[in-house]
Amino acid sequence: MENEVLVSVENLSKKFCKDLKTSLWYGVKDLASGLSGNRNDRGLRPKEFWAVKDISFELRRGECLGLIGHNGAGKSTLLKILNGLINPDAGKVTIKGRVGALIELGAGFNPILSGRENIYNNGAILGFTRKEIDDKVEEIIDFAEIREFIDMPVQNYSSGMKVRLGFAVAAQMQPDVLIIDEVLAVGDLGFVLKCFKQIDTILPKTAIVFVSHSMPMVSRICNQIILMERGEAIFQGVDVGKAIDKYYARFTDNDSNVIYDDGSLSFEKVELLGASSFHKDLPQLKWGEDLKLAFKFNIIACEEIPFYYISIFDKEQRPVAILETNTMNSKIFKNKNCIEFIVVHKNLQLSKGVYSVNISVSKNKNKQPILRINGILMFQLIHQEESWPPFLLKADYTDKRT
Amino acid sequence: MELETKIYQKENNFRIGKLLKESLADIVSSRFLSFQLAKRDIQAQYRQSYLGIIWAFITPLATAFVWIFLNNSGTVRVTDTGIPYPVYAFSGTLLWSIITESINSPMSSTNGAKSILSKINFPKEALIVSGVYKLLFNSAIKVALLLVFIFFYGIGFHWSLLLFPLAILGGVLFGTTLGLFITPLGMLYKDIGRMIGFGLTFFMYITPVVYAIPKSGIMKTVMEWNPFTPIILTARDLAVGMPPVHLTYFLIVIACCVPLFFIALLFYRISIPILVERMSA
Repeated sequence: MENEVLVSVENLSKKFCKDLKTSLWYGVKDLASGLSGNRNDRGLRPKEFWAVKDISFELRRGECLGLIGHNGAGKSTLLKILNGLINPDAGKVTIKGRVGALIELGAGFNPILSGRENIYNNGAILGFTRKEIDDKVEEIIDFAEIREFIDMPVQNYSSGMKVRLGFAVAAQMQPDVLIIDEVLAVGDLGFVLKCFKQIDTILPKTAIVFVSHSMPMVSRICNQIILMERGEAIFQGVDVGKAIDKYYARFTDNDSNVIYDDGSLSFEKVELLGASSFHKDLPQLKWGEDLKLAFKFNIIACEEIPFYYISIFDKEQRPVAILETNTMNSKIFKNKNCIEFIVVHKNLQLSKGVYSVNISVSKNKNKQPILRINGILMFQLIHQEESWPPFLLKADYTDKRT
Repeated sequence: MELETKIYQKENNFRIGKLLKESLADIVSSRFLSFQLAKRDIQAQYRQSYLGIIWAFITPLATAFVWIFLNNSGTVRVTDTGIPYPVYAFSGTLLWSIITESINSPMSSTNGAKSILSKINFPKEALIVSGVYKLLFNSAIKVALLLVFIFFYGIGFHWSLLLFPLAILGGVLFGTTLGLFITPLGMLYKDIGRMIGFGLTFFMYITPVVYAIPKSGIMKTVMEWNPFTPIILTARDLAVGMPPVHLTYFLIVIACCVPLFFIALLFYRISIPILVERMSA
């Protein structure tokens, strides 16, 4: 019973049309062919493309499948098929049990009506009976933490409050299969955490399909993953970390951009020394190697050696670390035209992933910026261990206390 | 506990019996949803308005007044209707408005639920049923007003009045069936909705809404064949206690509507995924 397959998807495909008028006309044809049982094979008609192509997977109770991919990769279309909103053009979906979908929270809310009345509207659409809602209404109000405003028209709610109320109702579902689209992004941190706690409690009893752009969340709850691109699964498996790396590698946007420039110094080049290998143009370092960055700046109107603040960001643009700034004693080469130096950080213990380097240059310590550039360099850190926190610190284990 | 299994694939299981069973099961299981949707819409409609229910009958009332005025002033001479003309005109426009509202109801319910349809899977039949609830609510208000007219003009109570609600139900069934057939296409092309609106204004004049069927001529044939005619006439005859002359045709129309209604419902059920695909969120 524990390991029954709840969702089984076989060679699922779905096509869409790029042109509205044509799409409508195909709609008329589909209506007609829908009446005749719809058995003929479907290829692409003119102006159509595959929004989802040949996706297969199985999901058991207690498992969570992450669907990642760029905008327009076909994730939401796949979810709509799983949810039975649209029919596939090829392949088959078999779902067992009650399906709950967190695709839109607060569906069926009428803005004029009060929060309390809308609990009933939303609950009815999610398939609750009146009695179930009567029993749970107080619990819902408490979960949403909006008791004070529950009799106010929903149109006066903030968007966060609406989402809270919607989630509170949806959280009462006890689905066998739960489909979650990017809905939890709204709402403040406290509420997001609460949502995930709720999801954690139902996870063991449920098969979850989870679509998100937030890799921390994906890596936190998923144990299977599909990376989609142009409707196809370009990576599929249980190696969540690898899929996330691939997802990040798809971002080709590694252009540096100048945030601030007062014209006294111009950036010439930066180089990562001692890279052990390259993936396309991306230099790679092994965990525990030294980080050596060689910088060169051209002087336009700069008398003294300025202070350099070199910071490291992860792929989600979260700051991870900053290198100590230079002092009067730092060995920095300077002549009339240029400034050159190499900065070294020994034994780099960042965890595996892709990082970018930002630099900020100021005239005095922390004052008078003269140049700021984001993303001057990207590098990848390699380690066989997948770890979520930004640092993987070297550790020795011993039984002696000294 | 045996889990319910759902299968989604390209091929429809087009066995009418099975589909119909599923459809009816969904209607039953979504009783609360359809009621709640109707309640929501009615509440919201009246909460944001001071005139409230007046809007439910202002249009037929206005049309009736125009015709009463035209008739009384002698601008237009209508043939004798057998009952006081204001009652005739007003009952006609009221019944007509109930039928047109029924025709538009499935489409407007579906349109109004667009945002939910493309996000949440729920029994779509609930939309139709909630539309019927709303129609019955609005019709009840109109009928109450018609009763005032009937007693005000001294026609008084007849036992056949008790059958009047049944005739109204027949009208709602007739309109909803028509509307259901139109909805899938109407959801794809806006033209359909406009054509219906346009066509109905025209149809009103070949239906005995504000004047009786002429004694002879082409108009007599057209009006007698028009399936709207028996519904309006039978309902009106029952309300004012005249013998329902067109009862046979009325029963034929209703008898046809019952199976057609279920076929339309299945057509609607099959169409929804195709429509959702082409709907904006």
